Amino acid sequence: MPDPKLMKNDEKSPAINRVDGRLKVTGGAKYFAEFEIPGTTYCVLVTSTIARGSIASMETKKAEGAPGVLAVFTNLNLPKIPGLNTPEGNNAKKPSGGETYQMLTDKKILFAGQPIAMVIADTLERAQYAATLVKTTYSKQPHQTDLEKHKAKGVMPQGERNADYKRGNPDTYKTAPVVLEASYTLPIEVHNPMELHGILVNWTADDQVMIYAKTQGVQMTQKAVAKAFKLDEKNVHVHTEFMGGGFGMGLKTWPQEIAVVAAAKKLRKPVKLVVSRDQMFTMVGHRPYTTQTISMGADKAGKLVGIVHEATAETASYEDFTESTVGMTKFIYDCPNVSTTYRIVPLDRGVPIWMRGPGEATGAFALESAMDEMAAKLNLDPIEFRLRNYAETDPEKNRPFSSKHLKEAYQLGADKIGWSKRKNEPGALRDGEWLIGYGMSSGTFNASRGQASAKVILNQDGSLVIQSAVTDIGPGTGTAMVSIAHDVLGIPVGRIKFEMGDTTLPKAPTQGGSTITSTVGSAVYDTCTALKTSLAALAIAQGNSPFMGSKAEDLVFEDGMIQLKGDRKKKLPVGDVLKANNLPTLDRALDSKGGPEQETYSMYSFSVHFAEVRVNPVTGVVRVSNAVSVADSGRIVSPKTAASQMIGGVTGGIGMALTEEAVLDHRFGRLVNNNLADYHVPVSADVPHIDTIFIDKPDPYINPMGAKGMGEIALIGFAAAVANAVYNATGQRIRDLPITPDKVIKRVA
Amino acid sequence: MNQFQYVRVTTPKAAVAAVTKENNSLFLAGGTNLIDLMKRNVMSPEKLVDINKLPLNTIEKTATGLRIGALAKNTAVAEHELVRKSFPLLSMALNAGASPQLRNMATVGGNMMQRTRCGYFYDTAMPCNKREPGSGCGAIGGYNRMHAIFGTESSDRSSKCIAVHPSDMCIALVALDATVLVSGSKGERRIPFIDFHRLPGDAPEKDNTLQKGELIMAVDLPNNPFADHSHYLKVRDRASYAFALVSVGAALNLKGNTIQEARLAMGGVSHKPWRLTEVEQFLRGKPATEATFRQAADVAMKGAKGYGENDFKLTMAPNTLIDALKTAAKNA
Ligand SMILES: Cc1cc2nc3c(=O)[nH]c(=O)nc-3n(C[C@H](O)[C@H](O)[C@H](O)COP(=O)(O)OP(=O)(O)OC[C@H]3O[C@@H](n4cnc5c(N)ncnc54)[C@H](O)[C@@H]3O)c2cc1C
Ligand code: SF4
Repeated sequence: MPDPKLMKNDEKSPAINRVDGRLKVTGGAKYFAEFEIPGTTYCVLVTSTIARGSIASMETKKAEGAPGVLAVFTNLNLPKIPGLNTPEGNNAKKPSGGETYQMLTDKKILFAGQPIAMVIADTLERAQYAATLVKTTYSKQPHQTDLEKHKAKGVMPQGERNADYKRGNPDTYKTAPVVLEASYTLPIEVHNPMELHGILVNWTADDQVMIYAKTQGVQMTQKAVAKAFKLDEKNVHVHTEFMGGGFGMGLKTWPQEIAVVAAAKKLRKPVKLVVSRDQMFTMVGHRPYTTQTISMGADKAGKLVGIVHEATAETASYEDFTESTVGMTKFIYDCPNVSTTYRIVPLDRGVPIWMRGPGEATGAFALESAMDEMAAKLNLDPIEFRLRNYAETDPEKNRPFSSKHLKEAYQLGADKIGWSKRKNEPGALRDGEWLIGYGMSSGTFNASRGQASAKVILNQDGSLVIQSAVTDIGPGTGTAMVSIAHDVLGIPVGRIKFEMGDTTLPKAPTQGGSTITSTVGSAVYDTCTALKTSLAALAIAQGNSPFMGSKAEDLVFEDGMIQLKGDRKKKLPVGDVLKANNLPTLDRALDSKGGPEQETYSMYSFSVHFAEVRVNPVTGVVRVSNAVSVADSGRIVSPKTAASQMIGGVTGGIGMALTEEAVLDHRFGRLVNNNLADYHVPVSADVPHIDTIFIDKPDPYINPMGAKGMGEIALIGFAAAVANAVYNATGQRIRDLPITPDKVIKRVA
Repeated sequence: MNQFQYVRVTTPKAAVAAVTKENNSLFLAGGTNLIDLMKRNVMSPEKLVDINKLPLNTIEKTATGLRIGALAKNTAVAEHELVRKSFPLLSMALNAGASPQLRNMATVGGNMMQRTRCGYFYDTAMPCNKREPGSGCGAIGGYNRMHAIFGTESSDRSSKCIAVHPSDMCIALVALDATVLVSGSKGERRIPFIDFHRLPGDAPEKDNTLQKGELIMAVDLPNNPFADHSHYLKVRDRASYAFALVSVGAALNLKGNTIQEARLAMGGVSHKPWRLTEVEQFLRGKPATEATFRQAADVAMKGAKGYGENDFKLTMAPNTLIDALKTAAKNA
């Protein structure tokens, strides 16, 4: 593995602007729904109003006869999708709930909001109107949507990560001098990016299809469609260059996407589906409702004796969804006795999916709230309590961390927010009517390097093109990749173009789990390094070379030039090397992946969040008035987009802490606030100035750049920091998110 | 959304005629509420009569006060110099509502006529007496965190609807003794603002007392002595762009520290903008102290009733009232 020092790690990466920023703000960036294909038809989904039962009757004649309607597909007439029922198909593993679900294949209703018909017309408005004419009657069965009521039905999901975990004797906590037992709930959260989900499908031949979709991995969608329709993967072309926020909802190919592909095939016309905002709440996943209990014991000196972390989350009756809710508890603190259990309860609900900071964000809320509660019981400063239980090495896997600078992060964040103003005694700070409090929390997420390919092409004019199939779900992947290539080859940022989001480009993983900068970035790094080696050899060997007799390591690549170390006047523009060698272009492509170091070290990114809140004890209103987030995510390859990532994560954290909750009426099994007026994502006025601080020290092992991921840690833990600050302000501990004025006023007023 | 006809009219007379004669036709102003309801199939008019070309958007001084045209945009009213100077409560209330984009589109008439935001009203798969009389009230026994605590009873003492009127603007207008000028097929009439909206009673499908085809022309505000001591306090789930959990419009006329006269109304608590006349009487002649305001809050809360999830309003409403009065007493 290359030595990370190859990157000029004594210097910070330059703060370059988002390479596609201009395109995005001028409308030049094309999102999936904006591609225009002549003859496009529009699909509107009719959904189930009940949560469990079956379709008794469905009247589609009127809709079929409505102006402009081309077809109404239901379970009776959707063409069979050849590859869906194969054993290796979508429902390969039998789900804990025992049900199977494929859209429009039978009469079964497994959740409210389940698509039961597709109406396709020549305009969107006509399709919408015709959809209102489809009339359905149901045979209802009693539904179960309330996790609180059905917690006892929790099952341990399959898979090593979900198994019960135990080290030492976890029950020891019960006899510790100081004991805490507390339960926390996280409501259903919905991703709600601005861009609606959907797909645009155009069959260009009987066995060839072009797809524009809202997917976090074009090759993932390609595989799913190829498998469903028994096509050669190369005949499925998927394009997703830009995305108006993914946050996890595009991490799988949803049944309605496959159904649209089938409809387009049958109709021999391009079909576009853009789901409605209320359908965004039921059809493309959500963060699952989760209840957790943390039991914890510590000795009088503030050393943890034991932690027991139990989590129970919802899933669908037809699919097991799991996430790493209890993962962090296993390794974040030095504690000899730890156990975790994770259960899922199959409910009559659409299946959840990962949402930014999946699992850990939920777990960190509970664990980091509990740490604060314990610190209060011990009358210790919460940072001091964490320091007394600092894990220098990974206590779960008994091996070193590849890098961990959490202590430094605590310090930097504390200094920035003015932690010294905080009183350990709650309710001690006031500004007029408002109570002021400070809280902090840590976060962590797995860092890793997977496998990816990249291709780079150098032109005679000195410009460089980088290619990778990866999708940018918003963080600024293009910018990071350009920054890495610039670092290796010294080509000015403005002369580097990153081509992405298309299945014709070199293989890349799905974007998610904070792995792309590490994985695709490494591929770009390795490919650029290979190009550099070739260029150096050519430059030395060519006739009239100013570097005659020099060695490759004597050459410096800077400002689009190759220069001789020691005698910088000897130089050549990179493009001139191609001209001298009669090469129109020079390209390199390779596949790159991590090595044994990925198993030798525990690799995690860490974050520390600090929040200052103002609580109005009269009205119950809580506002975050100041926020500081510190990331230990290795080397920061693109400082500006990284800071934006943090700001976005903290904003999501404010939503999780104070405003976001999708509410079910269990009598009907339906959501009652499935729109953006009633489901409250934070608005600008909820978000204070956010200071983002980066440790910016390269991880020596993870990859050649030394960069760990940071998309998830930006959010993980923030909600706990807010809840802890609310406690510090009021002396009241609110363990059920979100912390809305009604909950505060019941306790404080 | 259903298919509908669209016509544009240029005179109030034509507007009234168009809506009076057709069964299922509605005026279209800013469209920020009506179009949303049509998209969700909650309202399905067969004809929209666009009134945006009517000359009803002026804001002008009159002999007795101020006249605001029904088509004046919420932003224009909130920012109008006369409004800010002499009716600051109205300006504050408007600016506490919705978002700048919505306020730029929303009209005064449309704001008064906006429907409740009750989630069951918006979901055609759920029961709702307001949307579908006789189907039941989903909010009772359900998600009623946003719902009413005052004036919910019907003639048999049960509740048929516990929705709230969502407007902020209307809280200021009802407090400031506004009058609504409407025009119908039988001519014009004036409705005191306090009688414009109604309680659900036995007919929750009716939000107000406007007759079929009647067009709101303008709102008249009488001059008032409250400009120095007005405050609109809105408690909501996020810092902006959220409907009120509870809001209070408070206006005081102080002589020294004595309350000469008070105007008070609450939002987020009832099917209509909730004017607190009894509390106003109680405050008359009393010192503007916290103790007075606490007593006033007790008077205000008489008859309040929670429905479970909205029980917190029984604490939040009086607290907000006291806080708003304190701030209004301080303002100058
Ligand atoms: C997301 C969101 C958040 C909001 N938040 C708030 C908030 O916090 N506070 C708040 O107060 N409001 C809020 N609103 C509501 C907003 O104030 C109303 O939508 C707006 O005032 C309606 O005005 P309009 O002109 O667009 O009405 P339209 O939608 O055009 O019409 C509404 C109704 O009024 C009728 N109508 C219109 N003009 C007349 C007239 N002259 N005579 C008779 N009938 C008429 C129409 O027929 C229709 O039935 C919010 C709205 C949205 C969408
Ligand atoms: S409160 Fe009123 S609007 Fe809401 S469901 Fe009940 S009847 Fe309908």
